[in-house]
Amino acid sequence: MTQSTMTESGPTPSPSALSRPDGMTGFVADWGSDQRAFKNVPWGKAMMWIFLLSDTFIFSCFLLSYMTVRMSTTVPWPNPSEVFALSFGGEPIPLILIAIMTFILISSSGTMAMAVMFGYKRDRKTTAILMIVTALFGASFVGMQAFEWTKLIVDEGVRPWGNPMGAAQFGSTFFMITGFHGFHVSIGVIFLFIVARKVWRGDFDRAVPGFFTSRKGNYEIVEIMGLYWHFVDLVWVFIFAVFYLW
Amino acid sequence: MVDAAQDQVNFVPPAEVEEVELYHPKSWITKYVFSQDAKVIAIQYSFTAIAIGLVALVLSWLMRLQLGFPETFSFIEAEDYYQFITMHGMIMVIYLLTALFLGGFGNYLIPLMLGARDMVFPYVNMLSYWVYLLAVLVLVASFFVPGGPTGAGWTLYPPQAILSGTPGSDGGIILMLVSLALFIVGFTMGGLNYVVTVLQARTRGMTLMRMPLTIWGIFMATVLALLAFPALFVGAVMMTLDRILGTSFFMPAIVQFGEQMEYGGGSPILFQHLFWFFGHPEVYIVALPAFGIVSDLISVHARRHIFGYRLMVWAIVIIGALSFIVWAHHMYVSGMNPWFGFFFATTTLIIAVPTAIKVYNWVLTLWRADIHLTLPMLFALAFIVAFVNGGITGLFLGNVVVDVPLSDTMFVVAHFHMVMGVAPILVIFGAIYHWYPKMTGRMLNVPMGHFHFWVTFLGSYAIFLPLHYLGFLGVPRRYYEMGDTSFIPDSAQDLNAFVSVIALVVGLAQLVFLFNIGWSMVKGKKSGPNPWRATTLEWQTPETPPGHGNFGEALPVVYRWAYAYGLPGAKEDFVPQNLPPDQVMAEGGEDLGAPAAQPAE
Ligand code: HEM
Ligand SMILES: [Cu+2]
Repeated sequence: MTQSTMTESGPTPSPSALSRPDGMTGFVADWGSDQRAFKNVPWGKAMMWIFLLSDTFIFSCFLLSYMTVRMSTTVPWPNPSEVFALSFGGEPIPLILIAIMTFILISSSGTMAMAVMFGYKRDRKTTAILMIVTALFGASFVGMQAFEWTKLIVDEGVRPWGNPMGAAQFGSTFFMITGFHGFHVSIGVIFLFIVARKVWRGDFDRAVPGFFTSRKGNYEIVEIMGLYWHFVDLVWVFIFAVFYLW
Repeated sequence: MVDAAQDQVNFVPPAEVEEVELYHPKSWITKYVFSQDAKVIAIQYSFTAIAIGLVALVLSWLMRLQLGFPETFSFIEAEDYYQFITMHGMIMVIYLLTALFLGGFGNYLIPLMLGARDMVFPYVNMLSYWVYLLAVLVLVASFFVPGGPTGAGWTLYPPQAILSGTPGSDGGIILMLVSLALFIVGFTMGGLNYVVTVLQARTRGMTLMRMPLTIWGIFMATVLALLAFPALFVGAVMMTLDRILGTSFFMPAIVQFGEQMEYGGGSPILFQHLFWFFGHPEVYIVALPAFGIVSDLISVHARRHIFGYRLMVWAIVIIGALSFIVWAHHMYVSGMNPWFGFFFATTTLIIAVPTAIKVYNWVLTLWRADIHLTLPMLFALAFIVAFVNGGITGLFLGNVVVDVPLSDTMFVVAHFHMVMGVAPILVIFGAIYHWYPKMTGRMLNVPMGHFHFWVTFLGSYAIFLPLHYLGFLGVPRRYYEMGDTSFIPDSAQDLNAFVSVIALVVGLAQLVFLFNIGWSMVKGKKSGPNPWRATTLEWQTPETPPGHGNFGEALPVVYRWAYAYGLPGAKEDFVPQNLPPDQVMAEGGEDLGAPAAQPAE
């Protein structure tokens, strides 16, 4: 092959060829078409979606394993609403801390969604502030989780290998799964701060190349960050349901 | 129905995205060491994988020496044998085959065959290799810790994997689990790149249904890996916790050396499910790229379009999907509910249908084709034979009643070596003979190649066919020594000795191949850009080996599928995917309207 054929561009498209068919045929035609299977989806966003799919499998395996060992152990399972109760003025309130944590995390999804919206409006300041608020919500979530862990470990004597209340798997699955989720939140918080800083400085308005990747940044990154954050949030809902309510 | 708009004659849609600026290396280090160029990363992956694969090869020699000549080699103790088995199996399956097919061939071929300048996120792609290298180093480190590497078998079944009676239960098992977790992290970074590049970064005109089957195979295998590795990751995390913190995820109440252990209440079967939910798709992670590559090798070297392209694509997709619902056929002897056995046997046998379709299509492609017995073609043909052999024994083992007596015998060893050992390795060899000219600009030496081919192909058969028979006799798998049994005749030992000798010969023949790779790099015949006269884009690059950015000034535009061979009236017997339609026909030849078009099925 000679170089010239490489650089040849295609003939101008006829209008009829450009119009995409409707319905199912159109759907299939889009998918099968050249260049991109998901039209108007940037690379980073596609990558995040696929990563989240893979991560979903990780969390599913964790949660299914939790259910399996909960059924395989012969020792009775501790009652979550007692274990996770907090006393205010001598009165134990079941699940109060978790309720607050869940509320905070869900609110942070709200601020994140707003950050994405303001990002696309090129409102640099508001976006950055909202992202920092999201990150602070996330950090306080992790902080409360640390508090809860401390309470379980120090006050109640729960250990990964055993606890005074019942089945040893209670502690092991709890620390493992909430730990893995908390790790996700922490990573998210760190990246929220990093991206917020870039937004604040206006890196995305001036398309400043990234320090490591030397790829020019843009506001899509805020949205990708948002996808991750909502996912971590959604996972929490499942953890909450099967750990605290079952 | 699919290509209503897109396949209209000569029409190529305009570019949808502007080109992304490439990262340009500034120093020798960023060009060849911490390189972000997929081609360099591919070569790094390949060399690392082959290096660690050689370790696994040497381990197989040691095992064969012990099996063939028991009580001869005092340096091989029973414990060593288990460690050899485990490391051999794990390295071969994960660190060699998975890494080489996806990290090696995936990185090299995806951007080139799709007309992209690089992977979508080169930086992440680079990290992928370095994390993989770290995983390999951790694995190697386990040979040197006190107690040595783990001897739990590549399946790592608990409880025995972490109990002190098993060799390597001190540090070996921990390093193995950590290394696996690292491998998965590294692979995910690469895998996301491969998938997104295939989905979102193809060149103009490269529709999904024009992609070479190699890409389809690698793409689907990567999708499987991204969904299957999580199960192994979770299993590895939980077993590490069991081993280090004394949790009981997989550990039931258990007595060791007369003492009740602290463990209790866990589920060993849970690990088996997690492992095989990964383990079965893993077979296809290795097999699908091999399927894809072999389709292309056959088509190019038989100068004929692949038979039933569309069916081939769908077969790959269907096999990939089905491979997630068959995993428990590895657990027929775990005491599961017979109805489960029935379900998994059925799904297992159903996979045979798309698989058989692929084999028929390869054979039908060859039917009355202009077969050139080049080295890649020889390996491709050998693959078909080996794969059919392994596939048929798979049908036996898929049935519960047949599997139960054969389970954990040499028959199983023979089966999986045929289907996921010999067959994919033959494809790897074929692929290296095929693409080496593109990577280096030189051809591999042919006489050396013939020697390598015949010894490897006939040798593999001489090794693994007798093992089927030994399996029928009841020779168990994972046994250091048979000892005296009433049911195994003495002649079985002679067969074992024979197999061991051949295994050494086959192993040594690989040195010729390695020598050939090095020698041809300097002394090989110059290949030119397209020695096989192939149609796919990687052969149409302006430079050989392809330069940074792959395609020079402008990206190629694709007008047809990858299998336009032997068109009547065309100038050449192959029409490259990017040759503009008005240049296809010979002088004076009649313009057929849509020459080289893909037949609508
Ligand atoms: C020259 C080539 C090879 C020879 C001579 C060889 C030999 C062996 C031997 C002797 C065993 C142990 C059998 C037993 O006692 O149970 C074994 C196990 C195994 N081999 Fe190979 N092998 C070869 C290549 C491969 C390849 C290419 C693969 C890649 C899939 C592979 C994967 C395995 C696996 C997964 C096991 C099972 C390990 C276990 O039981 O935990 N082998 N091989
Ligand atoms: Cu299987």
